[in-house]
Amino acid sequence: MKIEGIVLIGIGAFMAVVSVGYWFWSGEPSGTAMLIGAVLLGLLPGGYYYWWAKRMKPRPEDRPDATTREGAGVIGSFPHGSIWPLVFGAGAFLFGLALAFGWWFLPPALGLMLVAATGVTTQSRRGGAI
Amino acid sequence: MTLLEEKQLSFAEETKYATTEHHEPSGLVKWLTSTDHKVIGKSYMFTALVLMLIGGAMALIMRMQLTSQHSSLLSLQQYNELFTMHGSIMIYLFVGPFAFGGLANYVVPLQIGAPDMAFPRLNALSYWLYLGGSIIMLLGFFTASGAADFGWVAYAPLSSAVNSPGAGPDAWIAALILTGFSAIFTGVNLVTTIFYLRAPGMTMFRMPIFVWNMLVTAILILIAFPVLTSALIMLYADRHFGMHIFSVKGGGVPVLWQNLFWFWGHPEVYILALPFFGVVTEIIPAFSKKPIFGYKGMVFATLAIAALSTGVWGHHMFTTGVVLLPFFSLMSLLIAVPTGIKFFNWIATMWGGQITFTTPMLMCIGFLITFLMGGLTGMFLASPPVDFQMHDTYFVVAHFHDVIFALVLAAMGALYYWWPKMFGWYLNDKIGKIQFWVLFIGVNATVIPWYILGLHGMPRRVAVYKVGMGWHALNIAATVGADITGLSFLIFLLNIYLSWDKKVKAPSNPWDAGTLEWFTSSPPPTHNFTRIPPIRSERPVWDFNHPDAIAIAAHGQESPLANGRSPSDGSNGYAQKDTALGSPKAGTTGMDKSS
Ligand code: HEM
Ligand SMILES: [Cu+2]
Repeated sequence: MKIEGIVLIGIGAFMAVVSVGYWFWSGEPSGTAMLIGAVLLGLLPGGYYYWWAKRMKPRPEDRPDATTREGAGVIGSFPHGSIWPLVFGAGAFLFGLALAFGWWFLPPALGLMLVAATGVTTQSRRGGAI
Repeated sequence: MTLLEEKQLSFAEETKYATTEHHEPSGLVKWLTSTDHKVIGKSYMFTALVLMLIGGAMALIMRMQLTSQHSSLLSLQQYNELFTMHGSIMIYLFVGPFAFGGLANYVVPLQIGAPDMAFPRLNALSYWLYLGGSIIMLLGFFTASGAADFGWVAYAPLSSAVNSPGAGPDAWIAALILTGFSAIFTGVNLVTTIFYLRAPGMTMFRMPIFVWNMLVTAILILIAFPVLTSALIMLYADRHFGMHIFSVKGGGVPVLWQNLFWFWGHPEVYILALPFFGVVTEIIPAFSKKPIFGYKGMVFATLAIAALSTGVWGHHMFTTGVVLLPFFSLMSLLIAVPTGIKFFNWIATMWGGQITFTTPMLMCIGFLITFLMGGLTGMFLASPPVDFQMHDTYFVVAHFHDVIFALVLAAMGALYYWWPKMFGWYLNDKIGKIQFWVLFIGVNATVIPWYILGLHGMPRRVAVYKVGMGWHALNIAATVGADITGLSFLIFLLNIYLSWDKKVKAPSNPWDAGTLEWFTSSPPPTHNFTRIPPIRSERPVWDFNHPDAIAIAAHGQESPLANGRSPSDGSNGYAQKDTALGSPKAGTTGMDKSS
């Protein structure tokens, strides 16, 4: 976890140097704003990981000497399949058509996305099967 | 515990995943509902390749138009639509999705020993968004206004509702909003997978370089794509809700679009390139029978390229007169340093190795040469005085096509390399070699005339051009080159057909490579692994298959055999070659830091 944190913090720190340099050299606001966005993208998650890394034991994947056995057990829930991504994608597709061709695509688009979001949530509760 | 004991243990173990009992669907339903990263990865690659063929056909039509100065094959409007859609399809819908949606999706979980991506259903959604977006973009051709015609960069104010009215441009915007979200989701998924689902012992500095590159690519996606998606939403609001963010008339700033676009656009260049740097870093060691030279240097170079590339967007705007020339020039030139490190490491990996010139290896060598040309001309363009001359000429077109064709060569290498893993049978190597030469010659025959045309001042994005400028013959040469390039993809399709017709079955590790994906069967089972070898270096499968090979660990890595076993006599090829190069006897080289 520690190296993960450091990588992100490093990127954030570098972008901080760049943004400060850019701002004082150019005075251009839009680029500076976007660079600060990049700083935050590095520092926020990086800081979070680092903060956790200090508070927990290294995981098996953080330790060079970990054995395969230590990784045994339940890793997480990995559903074999689900219809809901397709349904949500269809809704998003209709949403795209609405943007380009007319607002009458909007109700079915939002409807499908809502159904899919609900479906995916209840599916997760049941443990990931279709 | 010694290595051997541990190996036996690992045989006995099966990692368990929480999956509920269920009936396996089949056929179309299976594909439509699949959340398996391997299925999604293959769908991505297939879709991206189909789109590449469509975009490529458009390119060939444009080249046909340009073989004579005043061809009337296409109207000016049609030509504008074609170059816009060609560029958009290739950049947004082919190279990127092929790399981070296709290859990364398929390979990353396998290489780190994970059962799937961290968010399988989000992963499937990414694909459906990408497919939907791609269809919407193509639908632009069927609108009354025709497809978008403002170039793949959609500069304001050309892209405003007044200058580019109609549903075609809106379809273009909608498509990119969808594919933008798709990319962001994939980015989140990749980062989470790499941070949380590595096998025990797979520390960050034991991950294959491909995985490192995909991690950094994903971080770049998260930095860059939200900017593009927001900019597109602003553009849409300008066009439909009278927002005037990018139009002077309502108090907006047109050049803001360029700032936003290129803040995404240059990192995007490396979002496209880094995955293929990773591919090359897998293939070269596999066919040189050596570990990668300078592992940590590679990781650092990747990070440096990514960080620097976020601060160079202004080099696309030198001629606007409103960017800080020295800043962007300096930052752009600095990227040459980490890129150079990579080149040295690739060459040093091949140096003294037992190289076999298989198709993937040839493609990688083609990549090295082509990318070098593209990178060096990029250095020229990063110098404002040169760029003032070259901007918007065919020189720029040649520069970025060199770069992107290099990526295409690497993509072909990746397909030949991972095909046996993905399908369980090989692509024919002889036809592959023919394809390589046709592709490589075709690319250079296209791009070199373009460089010269650019130096002679031919502007880009024109459908007709002046007589008597000396441009005609070079244009014919470029068209011939483009046709040869096109031919190479027909050879590829033919190869798929012939290899499929007479399948040669592939074992789990056909190339004797070292990374984890070669440990599981070809193709891998659902959830990828039934067992995992001990991971003691960045080449766990090599260590497993070559237990008596001398432990020459990659720099800074501890050796798998360091646990009290003395090195043997150096009977493997690498150790001998190394000795032949004049370094002290292998095993006492001091590279084995942990012993
Ligand atoms: C060594 C690194 C590179 C440098 C220094 C560099 C530099 C440049 C510069 C200065 C331009 C602007 C030229 C102009 O419009 O006048 C440019 C254009 C371009 N480059 Fe690169 N480049 C590099 C690598 C790449 C890579 C890796 C890619 C793609 C994967 C790429 C793709 C492009 C594209 C698409 C354009 C054209 C943009 C347009 O339509 O105006 N470049 N490059
Ligand atoms: Cu650039």
